[in-house]
Amino acid sequence: MAEGIATLNDSTFDETVGSADNPVLVDFWAEWCGPCKMIAPILEEIAAEQDNIRIAKVNVDESPDLAMRFQVMSIPTLIMFRDGEPAKRLVGAKPKSALLEEIGEFL
Amino acid sequence: MSVNGPSSNGTGPRNVIIIGSGPAGLTAAIYTARAGLAPLVIEGEPSSTSDQPGGQLMLTTDVENYPGFPDGVMGPDLMQSFRAQAERFGAEFLTSKATRVDLSERPFSVWIGDGRRDGRSVIVSTGAQSLLLGLPNEERLIGHGVSTCATCDGFFFRGQEIAVVGGGDSALEEATFLTRFAQKVYVVHRRDQFRASKIMQDRAFANERIEFLWNRRVVEILGEDRLTGVTLADTRTGAQSTLGVTGLFVAIGHRPNTDLFADWLDRKSNGYLITKPDSARTNIEGVFACGDVQDDYYRQAVTAAGSGCQAAIDAERWLEAQGH
Repeated sequence: MAEGIATLNDSTFDETVGSADNPVLVDFWAEWCGPCKMIAPILEEIAAEQDNIRIAKVNVDESPDLAMRFQVMSIPTLIMFRDGEPAKRLVGAKPKSALLEEIGEFL
Repeated sequence: MSVNGPSSNGTGPRNVIIIGSGPAGLTAAIYTARAGLAPLVIEGEPSSTSDQPGGQLMLTTDVENYPGFPDGVMGPDLMQSFRAQAERFGAEFLTSKATRVDLSERPFSVWIGDGRRDGRSVIVSTGAQSLLLGLPNEERLIGHGVSTCATCDGFFFRGQEIAVVGGGDSALEEATFLTRFAQKVYVVHRRDQFRASKIMQDRAFANERIEFLWNRRVVEILGEDRLTGVTLADTRTGAQSTLGVTGLFVAIGHRPNTDLFADWLDRKSNGYLITKPDSARTNIEGVFACGDVQDDYYRQAVTAAGSGCQAAIDAERWLEAQGH
């Protein structure tokens, strides 16, 4: 079943990402980032269409420790976690087709 | 004037195709939509450069000089409002990049990948984009210390030492903005004075966290997985030095997005489109240009919006004269 996009923070991140059966694509974003806003609707579409991955968001203003832990230096950064470990990292906003291509191996 | 008909279903020609969606393109969309011309806006694709829907303002935070906002407005919010206003009057948006145009005959053709759209008139508002230094390592380290977007990435340099390259308004604006986060910001400039406006210079000079490195060029970008520093060369003596920084923000100017039109539209030697005096008309009848793509001098959101209005009125009157 396709699910909605969960918002993760310092206290929920490890449990959610670590216990997920499917890969989790985490979107590190912030309110003040224009390109982040551009890809938000794309991620919502992908979340609704793809059953084999989950999508979650981390607001770097609210969870700076998570951003630091995963060495996020630019947003949007998308990190695909498999079995709780980062498996792929994408930096910068991209069109939907390019995004799907990049994460194709996880779908 | 007949304004409806087959143009709105994607098969017949549209009255107006607008390529680009910054302040110029969206103002042209508002005006042509209100004139009942049902414009199609090819707005671009998401990216982390200024080559995206909304254009260069998507990479800014506070816009303090757009009239009507006494407390300032966030660039992305302003562009969202422009877009909503155009949509309200019936502008249609395609979130794609125009990949090819044929302006040899009317209706004109614009390709989006494999798809083609025809338009009785075309408004070009593809804007300009930031230049990079063109050095090895630069593209590889984007997102790992090298940045083209201070507002996207400044946050991650809290307490660090970083450098901004450039001497114009955008360089000093970024440097000033980045002192919110960085412990120290070096401004590296190849000359001994800035071309930035006085207010931006005054602000930067008054900022204790900014140090100015005059007459220096960045000649090497250092770092494996992430940026560790840059090599600078003195433009007078050639002497080289290393500056250890974890962030490098490049703001050395712009180039117009006119490659698409090189075969068709007259351009200046610097690549900007040429419009006829006091109008948005190009050398091809029925093709109009507005915003930064044809302006290498003012380059403001409000002048772009103003020229978008001119392009819309020029297109509307031209279509009317053609009997559409």
